[in-house]
Amino acid sequence: MASQEGHQEHPLKIYWIMWGALFVLSGFSYWTDFWDDGPLRTGAILLFMMLKAAGIVAIFMHMAWERLALQLAILLPPIFVIVFIAIMAIEGDYTFLTRIEFFGESDFVPQVPHH
Amino acid sequence: MSEAVVTSTGEVMPDGLKGVVTDFSSDKQSFHTPWGKAMMWIFLLSDTFIFSCFLISYMTVRMSTADPWPNPSEVFALSFGGEPIPLILIAIMTFILITSSGTMALAVNMGYRKDKTKTFWLIVATAVLGASFVGMQAFEWTKLIVDEGVRPWSNPMGAAQFGSSFFMITGFHGMHVTGGVIYLLWVAFRVRAGVYERRGGNYEIVEIAGLYWHFVDLVWVFIFAFFYLW
Repeated sequence: MASQEGHQEHPLKIYWIMWGALFVLSGFSYWTDFWDDGPLRTGAILLFMMLKAAGIVAIFMHMAWERLALQLAILLPPIFVIVFIAIMAIEGDYTFLTRIEFFGESDFVPQVPHH
Repeated sequence: MSEAVVTSTGEVMPDGLKGVVTDFSSDKQSFHTPWGKAMMWIFLLSDTFIFSCFLISYMTVRMSTADPWPNPSEVFALSFGGEPIPLILIAIMTFILITSSGTMALAVNMGYRKDKTKTFWLIVATAVLGASFVGMQAFEWTKLIVDEGVRPWSNPMGAAQFGSSFFMITGFHGMHVTGGVIYLLWVAFRVRAGVYERRGGNYEIVEIAGLYWHFVDLVWVFIFAFFYLW
């Protein structure tokens, strides 16, 4: 359906549902803090993060109703950040191994935070 | 020396700086949306890269340090008289920011309905929630610096890079929230003064301000996942 340029008026119900979903997903995110570390927890953190981010961009920021030209112009470039992450992960890993090789294991004695 | 050019269709293209603009735009609009909204999206895209750089450098230093990384769950625990509850202040801050995103979305909607009073109060509510978020962040920083002895160059709980990453990432985000609160209040008072009403009820500025505010919430989603939960 054709709409007036730039006009993004949608039924209020959509916002209430999205708002509720964000609360529930954030609750889940906080819940993962009580889980044991492992691939399951890491996966859950990433899943809830991506769902929240997608909901905010698509519904609250109205990206779902924008023209494809704007969607592609804004959403495609951040994908290249993944390449940057990969490059720096390799670099970080190399730096860590080099430090262990030349300086040995850390002798840092951590203190427990007091509240 | 550039000269005016006559195109094959007989159109005269101007020279100089005006010609540069004419040539690049070809008098055509790519994004069929108010220009302010397109510009805000492009700004937010550039901001995405800035926050990406912060989070990627955090990943790099965390991966490369040989010292143990402080456990954020313990560092950011808070005690209300009894046992410390892990990460509780950060969880409250997260819910406050989400609530403010909801009130902002409603403000944008009320703007499109040309409801001046509701738009004004919903933006004010968003700004108040944002200000309380910054207040809690100030409390968190004070606690970390004064009680826990966290510095950008060292801390008693683990790798020194923890402090520098924490202060840079949350500081830059907090600065965005602070700027957003000022921006929102400015828009709110212009709504109340009837500036947009006089423009034939064109409240697109509210949507543009909303885009910025939702982006601040969006960045927090990533900071919460990568810095506090990971």
